[in-house]
Amino acid sequence: MADENPEITPSGPPAGHNEARRTFLKQSSVLTALALTPGPLVKAAEAEFDEKVAAAIEQVPLRLEINGKKYKLSVEPRTTLLDLLREQLHLTGTKKGCDYGQCGACTVHVDGQRVNSCLTLAVMQDGRKVTTIEGLADGDKLHPMQEAFLKHDGFQCGYCTPGQIMSAVACVREGHADSEGEIREFMSGNICRCGAYPNIVAAIQEVKNGGQKV
Amino acid sequence: MNQFQYLRPTKQQAAIEALARTPNAQFIAGGTNLLDLMKRGVLEPPRLIDINRLPLGKIERDNGRLRIGALALNGAVAEDKQVLERQPLLAQALNAGASAQLRNMATVGGNMLQRTRCSYFYDTAMPCNKREPGSGCGALEGYNRMHAIFGFSDKCIAVHPSDMSVALVALDATVLISGPKGDRRLPFADLHRLPGDTPQKDTNLEPGELITAVEIPDGPFTKNVHYLKVRERASYAFALVSVAAALSLDGNTIKDARLAMGGVAHKPWRLAEAEKSLIGKPATEATFRQAADIAMQGAKAFKHNSYKLRMAPNSIIQALKNAASVA
Repeated sequence: MADENPEITPSGPPAGHNEARRTFLKQSSVLTALALTPGPLVKAAEAEFDEKVAAAIEQVPLRLEINGKKYKLSVEPRTTLLDLLREQLHLTGTKKGCDYGQCGACTVHVDGQRVNSCLTLAVMQDGRKVTTIEGLADGDKLHPMQEAFLKHDGFQCGYCTPGQIMSAVACVREGHADSEGEIREFMSGNICRCGAYPNIVAAIQEVKNGGQKV
Repeated sequence: MNQFQYLRPTKQQAAIEALARTPNAQFIAGGTNLLDLMKRGVLEPPRLIDINRLPLGKIERDNGRLRIGALALNGAVAEDKQVLERQPLLAQALNAGASAQLRNMATVGGNMLQRTRCSYFYDTAMPCNKREPGSGCGALEGYNRMHAIFGFSDKCIAVHPSDMSVALVALDATVLISGPKGDRRLPFADLHRLPGDTPQKDTNLEPGELITAVEIPDGPFTKNVHYLKVRERASYAFALVSVAAALSLDGNTIKDARLAMGGVAHKPWRLAEAEKSLIGKPATEATFRQAADIAMQGAKAFKHNSYKLRMAPNSIIQALKNAASVA
């Protein structure tokens, strides 16, 4: 299955049943929208919408590549990327800390850039490539940043660690790891309530100075 | 979070029409402020119009102006070569805001339209004229240490939280707007408004209008600039007070100057009179102190923010010293 890299549709309620309901709701919401708005405006506007998601209020189709695997999904528009990863796809390495973009525990990479997955809707990421902490290692071989966190004891309770590591990898890739001060500034979006900061900085410096490809 | 209808237009006109058609509908770009507010029930838009598929992310220079698309990301703008070369003050202000992750999400248009972080606005159990007109201002007699010292009214004493906007107002930026009635240009200084009797209105945008870009004219402020942000921790916190300072020096003489403050008013606070006082003078602490005195005229504190009456002028002096590299 993995060889051919097929699209994965996570299991859930019987597809047929769900599909029918979805289609009905989608059609009915489009019809409601049509009924409530002046004709010419709707025509002009609806023609220029991404048709897949026009007027969807219940479930929206979504394609994502996560850690190299392609997913074909259906999500409620309210679902954040974080909740999609954890609740629907059971990729629980990414943590929910504050859920308000204040702690950084939910940090993942989208198209190579680090972001807070709690403050973006999954549907907004349609077509993008997501990397989570689960996608960092190469099989059993840990990523150099994971090794460095182990070596330098860059954590105590470990809850913030997946976010710290995702952020740290980006920090080095961005070229913002040239000094302790710069690392602290560009890692400030990741809070560690155990206070492992000196060890986190040491881990990042080792990876940066080691010159390995991150 | 409330249920909403999600739309993803690919054409600007469709986005504008979709917004105009539904009362309380919202554009969503980065979502870093809007989703925060929706999760807390502060905003409950029935329709979200995702504008990320509109081609508004370019940073380009033409005709002596730097034009930054509304969807350009804060992080990308702060690292852009032309921005660093022509408008380093803007890059400094952007990097002073939020975290690296949030700067990779937040857009330029969204940054300027972010809502106040006043805790009474955020707490739906509290009165707030901005969130619920007529309910009163919780901060007026409440815990108001983060609040305004300029331009407030008895309806609202909240401050605007954007660092980027403080630099943009200092740099004479212009906002490009597209709306149901066509396109228009608005001086950045006129985008945000003072609360007066209608604090629910943060800006002078008309219903259905979309910010498409911001333009900054080339200027002489490519070297002696400094964005100073005073906050409760070294990084990743909103400003208690911030200062954008830009000087054009001829030897030690100030030829031109731009000054603005953040964290002190309902809008980014340009200090035009203080700027004038600097021109033609030597770049010394005495000159800067005089400008700070002028800047602070009319300031008034509340019960918990009187520290700003000293912090603000000291920050102005320090920012100007840093800009001029005066020890």
